[in-house]
Amino acid sequence: MFQLLDPGEFDAAFDFEGRTISAFEGENLAAALLRAGVRAFRQTPRSGAARGPYCMMGVCFECLVTVDGEPNRQACLETVRSGMIVEAQAGSAEIIQ
Amino acid sequence: MNASFDVAIIGAGPAGMAAAIEARKHGLSCVVFDEAARPGGQIYRDVAQRPAQDRLSILGPDYYAGLELVEAFQRCGAEHRPQTLVWCVSEGEIYWRSREQSGLTLARRIIAAAGAMERPFPVRGWTLPGVMTAGALQILLKSASLVEDDMIFIGGGPLLYLVAAQYCRSGFRPRLILETTPRRNLIPALAHLPRALLAPHYLIKGLGMLRELRAAGVPVVRGVEEIEIEGDDAARGVRWRVGERWRREDAERVALHHGLAPNVNLAMALRCEHFWDNRQRCWRPRLDGWGRSSQSWLWIAGDEAGIAGAISARLSGVLTAIDVAHDLGMIGEDERNAMSAPVRSALAQERAVRPFLEALYRPAECFVAPEADDIILCRCEEVTRGEIAQAVSEGAMGPNQVKGFLRCGMGPCQGRLCGHTITEVMSSLSGRSQEDVGYFRQRMPIKPVTVGQIAGASVLVGANAR
Ligand SMILES: Cc1cc2nc3c(=O)[nH]c(=O)nc-3n(C[C@H](O)[C@H](O)[C@H](O)COP(=O)(O)OP(=O)(O)OC[C@H]3O[C@@H](n4cnc5c(N)ncnc54)[C@H](O)[C@@H]3O)c2cc1C
Ligand code: FES
Repeated sequence: MFQLLDPGEFDAAFDFEGRTISAFEGENLAAALLRAGVRAFRQTPRSGAARGPYCMMGVCFECLVTVDGEPNRQACLETVRSGMIVEAQAGSAEIIQ
Repeated sequence: MNASFDVAIIGAGPAGMAAAIEARKHGLSCVVFDEAARPGGQIYRDVAQRPAQDRLSILGPDYYAGLELVEAFQRCGAEHRPQTLVWCVSEGEIYWRSREQSGLTLARRIIAAAGAMERPFPVRGWTLPGVMTAGALQILLKSASLVEDDMIFIGGGPLLYLVAAQYCRSGFRPRLILETTPRRNLIPALAHLPRALLAPHYLIKGLGMLRELRAAGVPVVRGVEEIEIEGDDAARGVRWRVGERWRREDAERVALHHGLAPNVNLAMALRCEHFWDNRQRCWRPRLDGWGRSSQSWLWIAGDEAGIAGAISARLSGVLTAIDVAHDLGMIGEDERNAMSAPVRSALAQERAVRPFLEALYRPAECFVAPEADDIILCRCEEVTRGEIAQAVSEGAMGPNQVKGFLRCGMGPCQGRLCGHTITEVMSSLSGRSQEDVGYFRQRMPIKPVTVGQIAGASVLVGANAR
């Protein structure tokens, strides 16, 4: 498990797949999910295999999630806002406007 | 949000920040885009934030050296656009998107300082959740104060040891380091040692790190020739071979790393000329002595131009900005040459250590061009080495044809995680050089954008620009 070096007071919470995750406002979204023990962030379009963050710097796209209804968000480049709704991304995203 | 600038810079790492500061000194108006939330780039990530501020003893002085640069950048008068991705560039134009908006910004000259990424490390099981890069672990440590216990580090190179040492300092000793750098590298590396001694601080730091790991009692297995990560829905174990002997350990957390490669997507999509650098084992843009690319309006600075480290990145940012100032008529040629002379000599000294490091940590063939057919090379489209081999045997000449046959390189990462591997594997399969095999033909957008974001940007073009 990922562990926080200096436990602070969480001041935000968001929803991931129906589960409430405590976090810090403005922190990295992928980091908050990893800390909460989430390993698989998405399933691939071709085989449905589970994937989780690999690079943490925006190049691999393994951390794709849906944020407040918007698919294809890279969790490692996203920041936590209290009350946001995050979903794992299964397969490829619908084409959206 | 639409405006015109003298110079637009892509990337707020050491190269981009230094270029912005220098450009402002010459009176140029300047905008800096970065998809990250805060300035700093990879090495100085979040250095001005609180978690990092409490971590000095773990992250070390090289990291904190970035604080003064970030502060100078924030004061220099350049406009910083964080969490803003540049997805398309052409002469005079930058198309970008942020969370809220998309748009077009005009700029007379452009400096690309998009940095580097970790070299792809395709082994069996590298796509399983629980497997990350060493750099990814370091990012979690710097920006979120997160550490994983019981980590197995696999690969080689300075960054791998640095992150392992930082883990030890934070009280989370890695379980094991599996060193995949070939032992025979030492002999060719020694030839470059005398020159490397011109920049002795790197060698001293490197030896210090290795000593630190030894003192912490981290076991290191050298000469690892094959790696396999087991698991179905997540990493469960690591198997490795040294000589004839296979060993195995349970493992749920694995970090891979064997060096960096420039982030080539943007410059490739711009059809800038590139060459294969066999010493660094990667594609690099062809630049003149000032960092100007084969597109006369585009300069490239920092690790995007070739891997040389943070201090070189910073110096090369200064050099390109001086040349841009000259190009825009702010300084004469003599002034430019005089101003850049000390920068050039500092750069030469900084780079003295590179040939030694490149030879010493040159990754083994079998890890850059895997030989087992079931290994996934393209993570996005799940294309295996066997499928590439089949396509080559059916006559596919280069990466673009396998892209057409197999969709590899066409997923959301746009070839970033397989491009170098495809070049290497096709080279080893066909016996042709990497240069001859070539790279994917990249196109804009360099990262996915929605139809609405494209439309939003063009609306702004119609409404405001020109
Ligand atoms: C994960 C990682 C960790 C590293 N850690 C260390 C370390 O601890 N010590 C060390 O000495 N060296 C480290 N390095 C090497 C170090 O990154 C470089 O030496 C140095 O940061 C290069 O500076 P740069 O300005 O060229 O690029 P970078 O620092 O990589 O900065 C590039 C910036 O460009 C942005 N960017 C890229 N493309 C776009 C786009 N299309 N739109 C908007 N923004 C974009 C990125 O978000 C990034 O912030 C690390 C490298 C990596 C990849
Ligand atoms: S973890 Fe690689 S893009 Fe987010």
